[in-house]
Amino acid sequence: MLNDQKIEELEKTANVIRQDIIEMLLEAGSGHTAGPLGMADIFTLLYFHRLTHDSKNPDWDERDRLVLSNGHICPVQYATMARAGYFPVEELKTLRKLHSRLQGHPHREYLPGVEVSSGPLGSGLGQAVGMALGMRMNSGRGDVPYVYALMSDGEMNCGVIWEAAMLAGREKLQNLIGVIDRNGIQIDGYTWDVMPLEPLKSKWESFGWHVIEVDGHNFAALDEAVGEAQSVNDKPSVLIAHTIPGKGVPEFERDFHWHGKPPNAEEGAQALKELRTLGKRIECHDCD
Amino acid sequence: MLNKKVKLNTEVFSNTVEQIPLRNGFGEGLVEAADTDENVVGLCADLTDSTRMQAFAEKYPDRFVQMGVAEQDLAVVASGLAAVGKIPFITSYAMFSPGRNWEQIRTTICYNDRPVKIVGSHAGVSVGPDGGTHQAIEDMAIMRIIPRMQVIAPCDTHEAQRATQAIAQTKSPTYMRLTREKTPVMTTEATDFEIGKAYEMWRSENPQVVIIGCGPLLYHALRAAKQLEKDGVGTVVLNSHTIKPLDDEAIVSLAKEIGAIISVEEHQAAGGLGGAIAELLAQGSPVPMEYVGVKDKFGQSGTPEELIELYELDAAAIIVAAKKVLSRK
Repeated sequence: MLNDQKIEELEKTANVIRQDIIEMLLEAGSGHTAGPLGMADIFTLLYFHRLTHDSKNPDWDERDRLVLSNGHICPVQYATMARAGYFPVEELKTLRKLHSRLQGHPHREYLPGVEVSSGPLGSGLGQAVGMALGMRMNSGRGDVPYVYALMSDGEMNCGVIWEAAMLAGREKLQNLIGVIDRNGIQIDGYTWDVMPLEPLKSKWESFGWHVIEVDGHNFAALDEAVGEAQSVNDKPSVLIAHTIPGKGVPEFERDFHWHGKPPNAEEGAQALKELRTLGKRIECHDCD
Repeated sequence: MLNKKVKLNTEVFSNTVEQIPLRNGFGEGLVEAADTDENVVGLCADLTDSTRMQAFAEKYPDRFVQMGVAEQDLAVVASGLAAVGKIPFITSYAMFSPGRNWEQIRTTICYNDRPVKIVGSHAGVSVGPDGGTHQAIEDMAIMRIIPRMQVIAPCDTHEAQRATQAIAQTKSPTYMRLTREKTPVMTTEATDFEIGKAYEMWRSENPQVVIIGCGPLLYHALRAAKQLEKDGVGTVVLNSHTIKPLDDEAIVSLAKEIGAIISVEEHQAAGGLGGAIAELLAQGSPVPMEYVGVKDKFGQSGTPEELIELYELDAAAIIVAAKKVLSRK
């Protein structure tokens, strides 16, 4: 269980990561805003509490694998990795630039610690299934690392997701934990308008998965959900994490137009002010 | 005459030449590769017997994954297995893998640099009665264009067996195409196989045309070479079993020596072996070329023999192409 002090610490880290995201996008001049802000809490919980990993030894065999399927939200992964010690925070400013290790969509060969190159949607879950299967073949059904597959709700439109879900269910991959960013938006609009997904929970259950619906911004609830997923030992688990796209910046929240564009200078300054004042609840010392 | 150095089947011109599907050689080679390396795993999309993965699946059930009819997942799961140290072989019909799952192969296997071996069986028009939907004749083109991908088209069961063992040992993503039908055995167990190394199967005394082929159509190439020799046209028949990396040195050297080339493949004339040769030679050693391949058409139902003849891929078509290219020298 997370104590209050740890929760506060995680909240502060997530806030810093959100500021990093805004600053990176301002510098890059292109990229995705809503998804990265919405997933900052989940990335923070995983990298700063739940994952077994070593930022100084990214190829360590015993590490848990975090597979980011919807690669377009990589600013949140980059910012989290930098804050977790994988590379200098200063390097975040190179996002999307020539010869940068921080490619517009992540490339595993460019940046150690990125498990898979991703971008085209739908392919992360199957790769996570392959990793989970392979590690089980290597070690029997004993103690194997967890494989986390982070997906978007929009990519639930992809057939290959369900191909992989079917296989993971049949194989009862208990070391596989999916996390769906259920933020309700995709490029063309709200998910319920573009391609309705509900009932999403029973879809996953019918494929043989243990499903946990959770508030994607509540650290205590999220941590409990990950713990529950880890304790299920006869099937894979998936968290349907209800998140707010653009979380932390009221002007961006829940608006699908922020899926694939960066803030301009003015919007960015406003966003940083919101984040640094925790929504005007505290004074900002370095705004403007 | 046949190149004695490479120890070909001396009965190749006999009417009773032994005929075996090359997918059989793949099946045997896979078991041998798996015996040698415990990291070799096999995945199949509901065609285990027909792609000859069955023997492996029976011997190593814990290393076999039945994927169901899910070719996109076939590619991505293999990528994940390779990420944790496995050497995955994935099989289906070439039309479905790599036909259906091209983007997954590009992104999760090649862009990710994972050593997955994609084995597409039932390639070419010789699948026959199943018709055009099942006749993959674009597969080599769509695979060879992807960075890092090796492309191999063995000519018979022995070569398929040796190629399977060889690709299991490389770190490169690889596509290997197989065909369905029984086809003549041209090589022997003693014939060497090296990825990227083409070899001469036939050389007349005064060669005027080079026939560069891959796959079982090399049998037609050899028969054409024999007939052409009788007609007074000397040839070299080069087995270019590796389409990528192409054996640049051997091909450029033959182009310079002989000065006329025809390519032979059970594939679209565009984009495959012939295309690769033309790209190479245009850069420094251009010579007249003719292409024996399917000319921008889809296949259809028929017997393998009927289709090979209809699409002008047989010995007769090779002879016509050889005479045509000779006239352009």
